[in-house]
Amino acid sequence: MSQKRAVRWTLCFSILLILTAVFAVLELVSGSTNITISEIFKAFTGKNAGSAANTIVMEIRLPRTISAALLGGALSVSGFLLQSFFNNPIAGPYVLGISSGAKLTVALAMMLTMQSGIFLNSAAMVGAAFIGSLLSTGAILLLSGKVKNMAQLIIAGVMIGYICSSVTELAVTFADDANIVNLHNWSMGSFSGINMENVKVIALITIITVFAAFMLSKPMSAYQLGESYAKNMGVNLKAFRLALILLSSILSACVTAFAGPVSFVGIAVPHLVKTAFGTAKPIIVIPASFIGGAVFCLACDLIARMLFAPVELSISTITAVFGAPVVIAAMLNRREQKRGV
Amino acid sequence: MNDIILTSDAMSVGYGKKVIVSGIDIEVRSGEILTIIGANGAGKSTILRSITSQLPLLAGTVSINNTDITAMSTHDIAKTLSVCLTDRITAEKMTCEDIVSTGRYPYTGRLGILSENDRKIVHEAMKLTGIMHLRDTDIRFISDGQRQTVMLARAIAQQPQILILDEPTSFLDINNKLKLLNILKELARDRNIAVIMTLHELDLAQRFSDRILCIKGNKADRTGSPEEIFSGDYISELYGITSGTFLPSFGTAEAAKVQGEPQVFVIGGGGSGIDTYRSLQRQGIPFAAGIIHENDIEYPVAKSLAAELIAEKAFEPISSENLQKAISIMEKCSEVICCTKYFGTMNAANKTLYEKYKSMTEA
Repeated sequence: MSQKRAVRWTLCFSILLILTAVFAVLELVSGSTNITISEIFKAFTGKNAGSAANTIVMEIRLPRTISAALLGGALSVSGFLLQSFFNNPIAGPYVLGISSGAKLTVALAMMLTMQSGIFLNSAAMVGAAFIGSLLSTGAILLLSGKVKNMAQLIIAGVMIGYICSSVTELAVTFADDANIVNLHNWSMGSFSGINMENVKVIALITIITVFAAFMLSKPMSAYQLGESYAKNMGVNLKAFRLALILLSSILSACVTAFAGPVSFVGIAVPHLVKTAFGTAKPIIVIPASFIGGAVFCLACDLIARMLFAPVELSISTITAVFGAPVVIAAMLNRREQKRGV
Repeated sequence: MNDIILTSDAMSVGYGKKVIVSGIDIEVRSGEILTIIGANGAGKSTILRSITSQLPLLAGTVSINNTDITAMSTHDIAKTLSVCLTDRITAEKMTCEDIVSTGRYPYTGRLGILSENDRKIVHEAMKLTGIMHLRDTDIRFISDGQRQTVMLARAIAQQPQILILDEPTSFLDINNKLKLLNILKELARDRNIAVIMTLHELDLAQRFSDRILCIKGNKADRTGSPEEIFSGDYISELYGITSGTFLPSFGTAEAAKVQGEPQVFVIGGGGSGIDTYRSLQRQGIPFAAGIIHENDIEYPVAKSLAAELIAEKAFEPISSENLQKAISIMEKCSEVICCTKYFGTMNAANKTLYEKYKSMTEA
């Protein structure tokens, strides 16, 4: 069996990597200007410097592709960390209101600084988003001590999300006219407008954080059996829980800072990955979710861009269409298994 | 005699500041099974949770191999002490082998990847508990009994010196209860593991424990061998049994007797009357029983259930006083049931009694 499993896992990983490559290429070639694969190669090797195609690839499409992949991966891993923390497959940064919390603080920070004519750099945006994520997470943790029922916790999370969103809307309403367009686009969620400088920050944050999460695979697998067993196996519960919360907050903060709130990826992708790989072992699910999230967001971004081109849809419009049914499936699946026992 | 591996000294346990049980002194030796019994809510599980450092001690100390557990690293504790709990496992998509493998946690490296040796130990634990055929089955899709066994295999794979089990036999049928307890016996005897557990089944506690710790009224009331604990009315007192009688020799209880004027007289002996006593009790009919020797197998049952019992001293022929007493009671009963088919020297008077009854009905 372990042999059979190894084959399945290798196969799944290979498929995910191939899909990542396919969608990345599609992202690069498609758009209002058609660009051939050979032109992309030329752009990469710098042979066509100065041409329009080069500029489009290097300054618009490449950063967008890389950020969609990295942020999609970050969201999925963030979702998986939260699911482990709450021992609930339908927990995620979006439904628990963590993304909305980040959105609120980023919007406030942007407005305050824009008024005084300063543009926030990437790090400051992530910082603001991180504070918002932590505030929302803190609220959820306080509530989780009071409500034992997971469904209630999710509802509380959704409500926190609504509160944060309405405060954000309120702030946007009173913002300067010039800022509104920018802010409005961002607050709907989109991978557009991310430049290469941003990409460097995104890559640094997500890769370090996801690696740190991967290094937590062992205690996470113990934690899956429940607190008591984890403790007996020698897991330092306090430190472990804190690490989970911090890492998932950093990841969702990073996503929100650059792409705004992106819905349901955090729940849908880990669920699909667990189903495809037939395991919930963190050591497999974390890397697989990262790659799976990249595939999912690349595909969704491609659809968002191309479906009604040249009109671009917000990314959440597409992720919700594909993600929400998976979330429902995950929920039903959990019910069924409960009854099955 | 084996070495003492775990001791608790004046340990007080509870939640927050609320003490539930105080002054617990335990000494557990390697290869010994210690069972904790007591009424619901007496604090049995709380004691286990405190020994395993799930809960902070409110007073006193717990030491393993003469080292205070608060001075031990969680890693070292994990290598000496493993637990098997009744918590439901909700983990998704984990096979039974995955679950048992988590027992190797304290021995694996940074990423928790199993070595060849780890795998061997996991398989041994699964073979010992007889769950090898479940290795690829999802933990959520097996029966309660199987799950309990898987959790035991997990605890064994952790290669502990001390194994702690919280109500391991709950949810199990009698066959699985016996299987599980036999495995524990084997672990204690062959691997010299100290076993500490809580049990609700007194009959099993009596048969499988080396020592029993009784919790009553916020303190460790008594510790002793099963023979010492299951004697006299102690168990009845421990649990405050009011609606029935506990029979220490059987390790089980009879329902409360039906009080009142006896309507039926049962002539029993040698265990022949037990079914009849229980049947009459169920129907709510007060009855008299006799004449039973105090060392008769059915004496405790008759004593618990009969409204009136005529008993004779052990190994003595039935005295004429007792016979007269029996006849006078029998005469007041509307029905007589004779259960025994054998009359010998010692219960010759029962034959007289039976013949007296026959002559009464013929007259």
